[in-house]
Amino acid sequence: MNLNLEKISDISVLTINEERIDAHNSGELKEYLLQMIERGEKHIVVQLAHVRFIDSSGLGALLSGNKNIIAKSGKFALSNIQQQVMSMFELTRLNRVFEIYTDLNDAVKTET
Amino acid sequence: MCPSVIQVDVIIPTQTKYLDLIGSIGERIAKELDNFTGDREALAYQLNLVLTEATVNAIKHGNDNHPQDTVRISIHLFEQELNIKVYDHGQGFDLATVPAPDFEHPKESGMGIFLIRSLMDSVTYTRQQDCNVLEIIKYLK
Repeated sequence: MNLNLEKISDISVLTINEERIDAHNSGELKEYLLQMIERGEKHIVVQLAHVRFIDSSGLGALLSGNKNIIAKSGKFALSNIQQQVMSMFELTRLNRVFEIYTDLNDAVKTET
Repeated sequence: MCPSVIQVDVIIPTQTKYLDLIGSIGERIAKELDNFTGDREALAYQLNLVLTEATVNAIKHGNDNHPQDTVRISIHLFEQELNIKVYDHGQGFDLATVPAPDFEHPKESGMGIFLIRSLMDSVTYTRQQDCNVLEIIKYLK
């Protein structure tokens, strides 16, 4: 899975450079997020601008990241979600679980 | 029923790397529907998702002892109906006992059947002679 990690202020911004998150690559995303959290990252924003498709396992991988960082009193947010992908968050009501920002700049500005 | 306008039959190994291929077929079919008046982009996504989830389900319920096992996906497009059948050779499961998700305490897995049910008009899972069939129907308006 093509992922890019950068630090903006104290926030770890993980950009997913894939058009598709499904059961074939979601395990890798889940594992990557868990490793970030184990390394002590306290504040993660996942940037989804390139993602045009997500399935239930992809939502599960993000949910795992969210749960695990909150358990360590950290913060987790998503940004730049495409319209059709957003409809999956709405259908599963996960839009009420995640902190979601329209734009990465908003996420960084609000979260710092 | 009228003969199908398009019939697509695909047989894949039980490997998740083929999910993209299967989902893409659904997306392309949505774009071929001449008389569909609804949101075509939404339907394209939904068919991609439903085929992806149904295929994952068949791979998961496939027989672990036979890595050469295959999943067959059969898509029939009729004038007013899209019919998807996904065949697996595993132990099968009871669709009626699949619980609805707990939205207050969401879990990392178990959303697949819920998504298929939410987006499509009919979902059944039946045992046939030597396989199980997940049949999904979407009425096209």
